[in-house]
Amino acid sequence: MSDGQLQVHVWRGGEKGALKTYSVSARDNQTVLDVVTEIQQRIDPTLSYRFACRVGVCGSCAMTVNGRPRWTCRTHVTRVAINSELTIEPLRNLPHIKDLITDMAPFFEKWQRAGGVFEGTATRHDPPASVTHEDRQRRNADAGIECINCAVCYSACDVAGWNKDYLGPAALNRAWTLLNDCRHGDHRGLLAVVSAAGGCSSCHTQGRCTEACPVELSPTRSIAGLKRATLLNTLGLATDKVAS
Amino acid sequence: MTEARLFVLQRLTAVLLAVMVMVHIIVIVYASGGGLSAAEILGRTRGNFGWALFYQTFVIAAAIHAPIGLRNVLIEWTRLSRQFIDIAMLLFAGLLLFLGSRAVVAVFVGYMS
Ligand code: SF4
Ligand code: SF4
Ligand code: FES
Repeated sequence: MSDGQLQVHVWRGGEKGALKTYSVSARDNQTVLDVVTEIQQRIDPTLSYRFACRVGVCGSCAMTVNGRPRWTCRTHVTRVAINSELTIEPLRNLPHIKDLITDMAPFFEKWQRAGGVFEGTATRHDPPASVTHEDRQRRNADAGIECINCAVCYSACDVAGWNKDYLGPAALNRAWTLLNDCRHGDHRGLLAVVSAAGGCSSCHTQGRCTEACPVELSPTRSIAGLKRATLLNTLGLATDKVAS
Repeated sequence: MTEARLFVLQRLTAVLLAVMVMVHIIVIVYASGGGLSAAEILGRTRGNFGWALFYQTFVIAAAIHAPIGLRNVLIEWTRLSRQFIDIAMLLFAGLLLFLGSRAVVAVFVGYMS
């Protein structure tokens, strides 16, 4: 593949627009982000896209590649190109601003709405909370904590596209980690928010988000945990540790 | 009715219905396989409180379960307002309850139309 050319169809425009085709040299060890960068630097400097770290940490480079949401800086062209062709579009389920750039505001607003903000109860005079890895709640939280806020899962989720109220996999996954954090001050309030309309009960549990998550988290599992907590709490069976 | 309660009610009625649908189907296969006529079946259900209770519970569970599921489908697939959907689903639940209860009464009283 190293001497050939890639045919790259890139979305140009905002909500209305069209795919435009560029020809880019195929190289060894080339990521989808490299391809987009090459187009912008060598062919058309007006192409807009986002990236920052280029090593899979910041979560800003997500795009739809050949129909699937992916983190482009860690996606090798050889893994996703079909007959040396790539179609690169902005993420689904978020407003499109220009070219490959989406408006991430709704995604982060839902993050806030899902109660994803830590509220401490201890002061600097209290001893640090004892958090051990034997604790099941801690293991639940650890399993979901490494989210890079890339919105790949949100873009993969059909329910997020159909139901504008739905908080979506990433925000609910975050809420689950907080519900399992023994230092958090408002577990009940958090559970009330994620059990309300547009919360965890809207999830179909079919795992598109989990399949798509580049850092291999399972929002589906976290949401199932929220559903279980909702069930127990509504039936009055929840203990103080609402998530356990 | 909060979203959480609807969610819980739907799950609980699902558990109930899973068992009841099995019983229902096994009885149908057994009764029709055994060559019972409609009149003979009605003869067995008439005045039988056990079957009446079973099917009335079945009807109530279905009248709760189905509208909640349909509500979710309508929220996801249509642009109807929540309020409209909620009222329509209440009416739908009422309809299921009415039609189902009517059938239970008919089987219990045992008349053939
Ligand atoms: S499992 Fe739930 S959150 Fe994940 S994609 Fe499906 S509906 Fe969306
Ligand atoms: S859960 Fe995974 S896919 Fe979703 S925002 Fe976090 S890292 Fe990205
Ligand atoms: S550029 Fe930071 S994750 Fe891709």
